[in-house]
Amino acid sequence: MTVTTVMEPKMPKCWRQETKPHKFCPGCGHGDVLKALGTAIDELGIQDRVVFGCDIGCSLLSWDFFNFDTIQAHHGRTTPVMTGVKRARPELICIAYMGDGGGYAIGSQHLVNAATRNERIFVLLANNAQYGMTGGQMAPTTLPGMKTETSPYGRDTDWSGNPTLGPEMVAAITPDSAYVARGTMSNLRQLTQMMKKALQNQIDGNGFSFVEALASCPTNWRTNAAKTWEFVEKEMPKYFKVGELKVPAKKEG
Amino acid sequence: MADKPIQGEKRMFVTGNEAVAYAALAADVDIMYGYPITPQNEIMHYYTRLAPKYNKPFLQTEDEISAGFTTVGGVMSGKRAFTATAGPGNTLIQESMSMAEMMRIPTVVVIMQRGGPSTATVIYSQQEVTMTCYGANGEGIRVVYSTCNHQELYDYTIKSFNTAWKYRIPTFVLGDGYQAKMRESLTMYDPATRGIEMVNTSPFVGLPGTAGVDRDPAHLRNTYNTEEELYEVVSNLVADYEKVAPEIVESESFDCDDAEVVVLAHGVVSRAAVEAIRELRKAGIKAGHFRPITLRPFPDQELKAVANQAKKLLVVESAQGQFAKLCQHSLYGNSTPMEYIFKPGLGITSDEIMNKVKSML
Repeated sequence: MTVTTVMEPKMPKCWRQETKPHKFCPGCGHGDVLKALGTAIDELGIQDRVVFGCDIGCSLLSWDFFNFDTIQAHHGRTTPVMTGVKRARPELICIAYMGDGGGYAIGSQHLVNAATRNERIFVLLANNAQYGMTGGQMAPTTLPGMKTETSPYGRDTDWSGNPTLGPEMVAAITPDSAYVARGTMSNLRQLTQMMKKALQNQIDGNGFSFVEALASCPTNWRTNAAKTWEFVEKEMPKYFKVGELKVPAKKEG
Repeated sequence: MADKPIQGEKRMFVTGNEAVAYAALAADVDIMYGYPITPQNEIMHYYTRLAPKYNKPFLQTEDEISAGFTTVGGVMSGKRAFTATAGPGNTLIQESMSMAEMMRIPTVVVIMQRGGPSTATVIYSQQEVTMTCYGANGEGIRVVYSTCNHQELYDYTIKSFNTAWKYRIPTFVLGDGYQAKMRESLTMYDPATRGIEMVNTSPFVGLPGTAGVDRDPAHLRNTYNTEEELYEVVSNLVADYEKVAPEIVESESFDCDDAEVVVLAHGVVSRAAVEAIRELRKAGIKAGHFRPITLRPFPDQELKAVANQAKKLLVVESAQGQFAKLCQHSLYGNSTPMEYIFKPGLGITSDEIMNKVKSML
């Protein structure tokens, strides 16, 4: 006799089941990054205190992703919206979710200044090395030589500069009480731990928390499953080093 | 910790910016977000001196884009939040106001107009009328109060919080550099002593309970996937706005009943108009003055009633026809001849208005 076991996909409890399957393209990294976030929040037991903000760009498709109160803001403006919420209601756990465009291009002044001011918010940024929603144009994080719709012959760094190293920048301008890390969807266990530390840092009232997550976009990369994974796991970390850049010292006593 | 910034009533001799800071505190504001720009700086200066005494925070943001969006965040978290700006800052703040318009976020913004385009002068102009009324990528679903003196700056700053929260419409107080910087006397008061009840605020997010467990989450978005969905949302928004507009609209008129020439002006220019009418009446000339207090929604019915009985209209403004366009639009179909004094960035005296009215008779 053959016994068929149907494995239920294990989803975080704070995911909103009514809106699943989610709206992201098949193979998109957002789902995994948001799974890590959901798991971190489940484990910390803070679902009732979270306010989630999402940006414009593919990240906006997370507007109804969780059982959290959510504000979908304008492109690049999620950081100030969540700063505004946190400053007015410090008891809430504020998460600003965005892509590389929202954090490093159109919203970079907000990221820089929120980091400098050590705002007690958590900025989570999905880096997929290009602009997904607008159709695959060059982003601040597009790798040298990488082909996109606006760098069809490959990114020429003489012309367009080097890819933005976000966590390195944030680590350099934040005080010691900030938490800064770069994770990847290819190591979800580690990424989840980073997010837990980032959230704990806010819960403790220490300071700014920032996690960049390397994420895939097979649609605009024009890659199949194997090549997508290879790019995320092998190519991206060559430039974007995965690991923790700043971990606040545990408070004494 | 002090109880209230204004106990009972107080006659004070202050700048307009000071009046706004006091009014915001009298209105029991919770938090201000702001970025420096002349001529509104002293609103923040006075606020940051006064507010900590009442346990009210302030955040100096990195720019006006951020000031607008942090205000949006503060309001969405359920707080009576506001910001103030001018000129190029008004340009930047419009992005957040398009979000506020569409999502019905009761933001309050005080604008102290300065000259334009680009940066221009910092003292005075009425060149931010179009931008304040219609500046965002939307349909102008907002309330704009144009004040003419310090008393009104105080009164309408308080009122703006109630209008915003009662109707859930972004509300602007539109002053100018003269009002911001000059001193004059006004009566400050605790709104409660005049029977003004502050409309309660309530959170859009950070609600009690756990979403998905004992309540639904608040999923607030400004993104729509189909044209039909957007059409429905915007149509409902516009219908709601038109329904409440008659309750919100405000205007004033002086000596219009038998006037041959009616001077149309708003804001601080209307003070020159009032003076001109007084002098003209003394000289036996039948002149009147009509002033919209709300530029959005515009007092269409009231202006039409005045224009229908007048022989001529004179529009006076310190801009190149921004206010005149609002009047023309409002008066479509009316054939009363209209003349103009347009002086972008310049002050206008009662003598100029008197001479112009005389030349029109």
